[in-house]
Amino acid sequence: MRFMMLMYPGIDTDAESWEPSAEDVGAMTKYNEELTKAGVLLSLDGLRPPADGARVSFSGGTPTVTDGPFAEAKEVVGGFWLIQAKSKEEAVEWASRCPGANGDFIEVRRVFEMEDFPEDVQAAGQLSERSPEQT
Amino acid sequence: MSGSSEAGRATEAVWRIESARLIAGLARMTGDVGLAEDLAQDALVAALERWPESGVPENPGAWLMATAKNRAIDLARRGKRFEDRREQLVREAGMRMAMDAAEHEAGLGDDLLGLIFACCHPLLSTEARVALTLRLLGGLSTEEIARAFLVPESTVAQRIVRAKRTLKEARAPFEVPRGEQLDERLPSVLEVIYLVFNEGYAATAGEDWMRLDLCEEALRLGRVLAGLAPKQPEVHGLVALMEIQASRAAARTGPSGEPVLLLQQDRARWDPLLVRRGLAALERAEKLSRGAFGPYTVQAAIAACHARAGSAEETEWVRIAALYDALAQLTPSPVVELNRAVAVSMAFGPEVGLELVEALAAEGSLDGYHLLHSVRADLLAKLGHEAEAREEFERAAAMTENARERELMLERAAKAGEPEG
Repeated sequence: MRFMMLMYPGIDTDAESWEPSAEDVGAMTKYNEELTKAGVLLSLDGLRPPADGARVSFSGGTPTVTDGPFAEAKEVVGGFWLIQAKSKEEAVEWASRCPGANGDFIEVRRVFEMEDFPEDVQAAGQLSERSPEQT
Repeated sequence: MSGSSEAGRATEAVWRIESARLIAGLARMTGDVGLAEDLAQDALVAALERWPESGVPENPGAWLMATAKNRAIDLARRGKRFEDRREQLVREAGMRMAMDAAEHEAGLGDDLLGLIFACCHPLLSTEARVALTLRLLGGLSTEEIARAFLVPESTVAQRIVRAKRTLKEARAPFEVPRGEQLDERLPSVLEVIYLVFNEGYAATAGEDWMRLDLCEEALRLGRVLAGLAPKQPEVHGLVALMEIQASRAAARTGPSGEPVLLLQQDRARWDPLLVRRGLAALERAEKLSRGAFGPYTVQAAIAACHARAGSAEETEWVRIAALYDALAQLTPSPVVELNRAVAVSMAFGPEVGLELVEALAAEGSLDGYHLLHSVRADLLAKLGHEAEAREEFERAAAMTENARERELMLERAAKAGEPEG
């Protein structure tokens, strides 16, 4: 199963730039390498601050665009990892190993997948093993 | 392993992450894979006793390793495992030296690679390799392996015990093969990983969710191996093949569970992340191969042709036919030939394809293989030979053991009798 680990950095979310130190980047790179070596990392990215982002909100079917920064936003996603893990506990263990700074938090969320739908999975059992050029 | 308490589950998660490295390090020190697993398990038991009260230590992997090492030295000292005093002293000294060396993190990757090669040792049967690999590298319990492969737990337990004994009795050195030896032994490692993947992907029987887990575990092992042996093109080829095949998992079955053939699949349901990862791995494999592709890289290249095509009609069949040509030379088999015939018919027309199928049928090695007849029927229908096509579809229907496939064949047989329209 897959888990999204959403990083909420505990820094000033209104700041124009989020510039981490070389030391922080080094520690994070090492952590990312650990995830890669363990074969669990599927994807990751860091996000620029919301100050140069935008929000598209919907009401009555009409999108409304608001440019950042957003005064009321206190908890803002700063980046994510998409990992493969066997259990929520494993994903939480991986998140716990992140070299997080004071005030940072990571939210661990499971991704909806095939195994959430047992009838599909049952059906997968019907497929022929050796179908040439077909499955 | 207790999974009831919260601390128990957390410990289990640590085990899942750390066990392979732990066992690998201990196996190199002791030279005995079975003993290494026992020591690691002892450390786990200690953790399960200790951690619920003390909390999970900051570096749980180091804690487990230290605990296991102490136990190893203890055992060596008491000489319980070793027959004579001299061997015991040599062992103890060797273990201490190995442990000092093991402090260097650089050794960790080699240990893990050594463990992978030990699990896939040529002395072991294929079933034993698969069981040992999932147990020692995947951290799966005997029960989980049994469930995944639909065999009794006792069978798996026996396979593992025997495999460990075989390795011990043969005094198989715990090391990473180099040079020619590596070329010789790598295919058996790749074979085990791909077998695990296919067991989950093809799902010959059973409906347990564990089976999808097997695909993920095989992919994970492949990625780990790619990190440990980054210069081996076929490792990347295998990873590419598995990533691309796994990308189609959601599209392979219809709403009522019926199989959906590749060309009829809704490509919007292919997982773009896995496709992208697969194509990237294939690029690495192709670069490292320098023109001489191995069988996994060729199969990945075929899978990539489908992945790149926006629709079934846009598929590069000429390229696929050429790749099957290459595959048939690398790993000659009638099933590959049949696939080649399908690709050739798509690239150059049903007549040419049918010629190849007829030659295969005359040869007789695919007698009783229903897909030979369904492919032949399909080509006959395309060429307008309705009566012969119907007969072949009926023959294919009679041969398949899969009820849904039989329905499909009979449906096509009925259609072949109708006028065009």
